[in-house]
Amino acid sequence: MNRMEREAAVRRLLEQTPPQVPAELYADVVRRGGRMLRRRTLARRTMWLLLFAAVVAFTVWALTVRPWVEPPSQTTPPVSGW
Amino acid sequence: MRERQAFQGARRAREFEAFVAGAAGRLLHAATLLTAEAPNDNPRACRLLTLALAHTYACWDRLRGEDPYERARQHLAGRFAREAWHQHGGPGRGRSRLPGTLAALTPQERLVLVLRLYEGVAEEQAAALLGLPPERVRVICDRAITTLARPPARPAPAVRDPEVAPS
Repeated sequence: MNRMEREAAVRRLLEQTPPQVPAELYADVVRRGGRMLRRRTLARRTMWLLLFAAVVAFTVWALTVRPWVEPPSQTTPPVSGW
Repeated sequence: MRERQAFQGARRAREFEAFVAGAAGRLLHAATLLTAEAPNDNPRACRLLTLALAHTYACWDRLRGEDPYERARQHLAGRFAREAWHQHGGPGRGRSRLPGTLAALTPQERLVLVLRLYEGVAEEQAAALLGLPPERVRVICDRAITTLARPPARPAPAVRDPEVAPS
């Protein structure tokens, strides 16, 4: 038996006795899929909310602390040319 | 806004139901071949199919022209490969005891055979899906076909040996 014939034989073997799809499968799929979708939506919303909160917190901190302003000098500069 | 969402939801439900009605039979057959269960008693195949279709349902809106059947099949194959790896400790174990058509094969051989011959996936695509080199997929497929082409090979020696021994 050559390769093609063997492949055809195996294909025929695979096509035998298709199983019956259970009636409740569709409802189960939609239930699980819907849950998955809701969870994803919730996770996405939480992520955006966290991101937004982080941006707000950073802005408030930056505006109160003003890290770009040079801090006042702690030491007296040396007196010269007096 | 809410009305549009409801309308879209209804349309999606209709489209998805049509898809499931068309694809579930074939996918369930493929899943049953993979798990090597009997066609009328296939809880594992049903579970695989349910999870794969639920995943397809969840990303239905983001398919963007991609074939949902292909997506479901991909998910089914990936999940089966992972489960086979974790539950049966890698390829080579857990043969026999199964009632299905492909019970004589290892889970990996079943996966390759079903993808290549039953689903007609191209060698390169199957290789990419399984994370194997294409040559390896060809070798596994050939080995599986050879195993199936001589089904009485395993029981036969046990029957023949006692007759041969005395002579």
